[in-house]
Amino acid sequence: MNEQSESVIVEHPHEPLSLNKYIVGFVLSIGITLGAYLLATHQSYSKNFIMIMLAVLAVVQFVVQMVFFLHVGAERKPRWKLFVMLMMLAVVLILVFGSVWIMDNLDYRMTTDQVQTYLKSQDSL
Amino acid sequence: MFANLLGRLHWSSLPQDAITRGGAIMIVVLGLSALVALTVTHKWKWLWHEWFTAQDPKKIGVMYIVVSTLMLLRGFSDALLMRAQQATSVGSSTGIVDSYHFQQIFSAHGTIMIFFVAMGFMFGLINLVLPLQIGARDVAFPFLNSVSFWLFFAGMGLINLSLLLGEFSAAGWLAYPPLSELKYSPGVGVDYWIWALQIAGVGSMLSGINFLVTIIKMRAPGMTLMKMPMFAWSVMASMSLVAFAFPILTVTLALLALDRTLGMHFFTAGAGGNPMMYVNLIWAWGHPEVYILVLPAFGIYSEIVSTFARKKLFGYTSMVWAIWAIVLLSFTVWLHHFFTMGAGANVNAFFGIMTGVIAIPTGVKIFNWLFTMYRGRIKFATPMLWFMGFVVIFTIGGIMGVLMSVPAIDYQVHNSLFLVAHFHMMIVGGVLFGYLGGLTYWFPKIFGFRLNERLGRYAFYGWFIGFLLAFTPLYILGLMGATRRLDHYDASMGWQGLFIVAGIGVLFLAVGIAFQVLQLVVSIWQRDQHRDLTGDPWNGRTLEWSIPSPAPVYNFTTIPVIYERDAFWVTKQMDGKRRKHYEDIVLPKNTGAGVWIAGFAFAVGFGMIWHMYWLAVIGLVGVVVTLIVRSMDEDTEYVMTAQEVEKHENALARRRMAV
Amino acid sequence: MSDTAVVLSESEEVKNTEKTVFGFWVYLMTDCVLFASLFAVYSVLHANTFGGEGGQQLFDLPYVLGETMLLLTSSFTCGLALLAAQRRNKQQVLFWLGVTAALGLSFLAMELSEFRHLVAEGNSWRRSGFLSSYFTLVGTHGLHITFGLIWMITMMFYVAKKGFTNAVSKRLMLLSLFWHFLDVVWIFIFTIVYLFGARGI
Repeated sequence: MNEQSESVIVEHPHEPLSLNKYIVGFVLSIGITLGAYLLATHQSYSKNFIMIMLAVLAVVQFVVQMVFFLHVGAERKPRWKLFVMLMMLAVVLILVFGSVWIMDNLDYRMTTDQVQTYLKSQDSL
Repeated sequence: MFANLLGRLHWSSLPQDAITRGGAIMIVVLGLSALVALTVTHKWKWLWHEWFTAQDPKKIGVMYIVVSTLMLLRGFSDALLMRAQQATSVGSSTGIVDSYHFQQIFSAHGTIMIFFVAMGFMFGLINLVLPLQIGARDVAFPFLNSVSFWLFFAGMGLINLSLLLGEFSAAGWLAYPPLSELKYSPGVGVDYWIWALQIAGVGSMLSGINFLVTIIKMRAPGMTLMKMPMFAWSVMASMSLVAFAFPILTVTLALLALDRTLGMHFFTAGAGGNPMMYVNLIWAWGHPEVYILVLPAFGIYSEIVSTFARKKLFGYTSMVWAIWAIVLLSFTVWLHHFFTMGAGANVNAFFGIMTGVIAIPTGVKIFNWLFTMYRGRIKFATPMLWFMGFVVIFTIGGIMGVLMSVPAIDYQVHNSLFLVAHFHMMIVGGVLFGYLGGLTYWFPKIFGFRLNERLGRYAFYGWFIGFLLAFTPLYILGLMGATRRLDHYDASMGWQGLFIVAGIGVLFLAVGIAFQVLQLVVSIWQRDQHRDLTGDPWNGRTLEWSIPSPAPVYNFTTIPVIYERDAFWVTKQMDGKRRKHYEDIVLPKNTGAGVWIAGFAFAVGFGMIWHMYWLAVIGLVGVVVTLIVRSMDEDTEYVMTAQEVEKHENALARRRMAV
Repeated sequence: MSDTAVVLSESEEVKNTEKTVFGFWVYLMTDCVLFASLFAVYSVLHANTFGGEGGQQLFDLPYVLGETMLLLTSSFTCGLALLAAQRRNKQQVLFWLGVTAALGLSFLAMELSEFRHLVAEGNSWRRSGFLSSYFTLVGTHGLHITFGLIWMITMMFYVAKKGFTNAVSKRLMLLSLFWHFLDVVWIFIFTIVYLFGARGI
């Protein structure tokens, strides 16, 4: 018996897609993007504050897109997609922050600009 | 115009000196003899239809292992040359090769052993065993599996081609910049290295995804994760590492290639490049890589020990936790490969501590194996010998690793022969012994007959004694201050005696390898006397032993339902009869698309290496077109009806009876 | 080998689809690590302008906002295409895929123009570590978009020619995952490369 007429589009047989989710996700994404843009171009807060706010907004939009476009929350158990994504996030965070930490730390044994300027000013070297 | 077509390919690219000529001639002669033999015996069609286009992971696994074995011989020849050089190149003598060649030799040795021997054996064994152990018929994506193997083959092809055309990298198995940048390595060597690894690396990554999905989605009904054999757990962990670590390698190789090809400045010594970033990234991949290799070996030891101690594995749950602790921790230790390269105390301390910590779950596993042996009724068959050798060598080497995890100590021995001895103990004693033991253990399942036990024993002793003889001197030399990769040293150092001992050790290893070759030949000759008639030659505990040997293409006539760990052992205790039930089985059709894709990938590599960019473009287009054509193929599977399955099973049974 | 046709039951088809979709998801996760490595490199090298201009001088933020809106919208229209596929409405699927592809192509065109402009002013990937990592990170995303567009156009042909077979439906699902994922990556590029860059972070 040919079952081709019953083709299944959805990833999980009991979770049909909904238009609402896409609209909400789209609107939220646009909003967050514009918010981030305005923050970066018009506000005059400190660099650090902006950096943290932009990072937070990016993470929020990541979650929004994951939930509304990539259907991350909608999985039946066992939640393998989520598990694999969490593993990826762990690796990514360790890789990016670890690399930045290490590479920045390579200057540890170098004299800082401040110290160099001071030493020059002392005429002792 | 034609000069441009050939890029930088030129007559002078052919080998110019005696040793490289010798190696090239040997490869050409071997290759030609294989081609001639195939032609004379009219086996081309057979090779193509039975093997090259096969989608059966058992066939693909055998091909991986054949290629890896050949590459083991090549990597070992490099080792012989290195030992010969270092034993003789003292004082006024310059040994047998000049320093530039020596650098290519040790670079090729490391690259081949890691990427084309260890990875190849690993993927080979996983292909052979994993589906059987979880009660599946195949892997999740059979076509992808074939593509992975052929990409591996293409990478191997490029590495071997470097002996015939051009040269190989002289920048070590990891090609640190700035040495590996254009300015200091303008030739084709580093490019061969980059493209061989990039192509094979894509194959590895696809396999990682494939086997991970296989384990997650294709276990037999009732086989929860905690009822899986330990080898399957170790493969799941290793493949997770492959999936998440190999992209780092892909990027790093690509960035180096971009520096060399498009004049970018990622790792150059000027214009804002940062060579240390390469070191950082390559080891962020490199450390998980060694766990990728060793975890399946650990899984194999779990199978071997419980089978030959005739006792269920001690501490199954703690083994699972240990494996995943290792997976997580393996991403937090990578800086220990470059403690001495400028980081401050905080960073060094953190990574040093994490390195010490990762020894703990590893120790847990070793104790669990020993506790499994305790009060078991141990049979010292060859696979068990490999395990015993592993315990000795890996424990010693592992302790050395913990020693070096202390940055202050590492400052003394980094990049000395002490380090070299340590990692060889890990990779040979840990990884290779496991794979060799696994091959001996599972050989009957795949080929239907046992390997000669006595010769296997001799081979093991050759390896074990040879290895200890070859590497113990290196510990001493390292502590005496001998740096790695030296092609010459002063007689006053007093090192030569130890190098000669190491050289003798390598000769013992050669004897071990010779016994393995002999074992294979003799076993094939004597195969009728050692037929595996029951499918369960070792009185095993897991599902692969529940089907006849050699395993049929569909593995199981019906997928078993699992109720317990060590499912087959339980079944055996309860009833020895195999129920005969047949059903239609869907199997993938053979296809040559994998071969084509790899051929085009080879063209990309060759074109990029020799600056024949038109060829690289053709290759890339070829890969994409082949994929699209394949995706349009709707006829990729066939049905083996229940009657055909029954006929096949009866034929297998008759063949066994006839012996 | 028999001539019996290969026919899978519906539950087997569903299982197959689930398996393939999951496998593709795992691949997307590996692609995330790939991009993460590029981000790590960019983070380390972004200040290495070697005396040249940095992001603050070189990036045209309103222009990039425009690109971002195009890509975001294309992600939305891709979702609409998938909804239409669920209803098995061929015309709508082709329409929305077409719109998505057009938006994606416009994004790519804008990006190429940006690249050309930089190169013309002497700020090519050869100039500094910063520019090498910029072009590679953004360019890799652009390459993925290109492959996505090729795939999208191929899928439009399939849908037109074969309708909604199991294979076609499955592949539309995979394509939409891929397209959404590229938008997610772009959010991080937009933030870390352009917005951070504009503030000199």
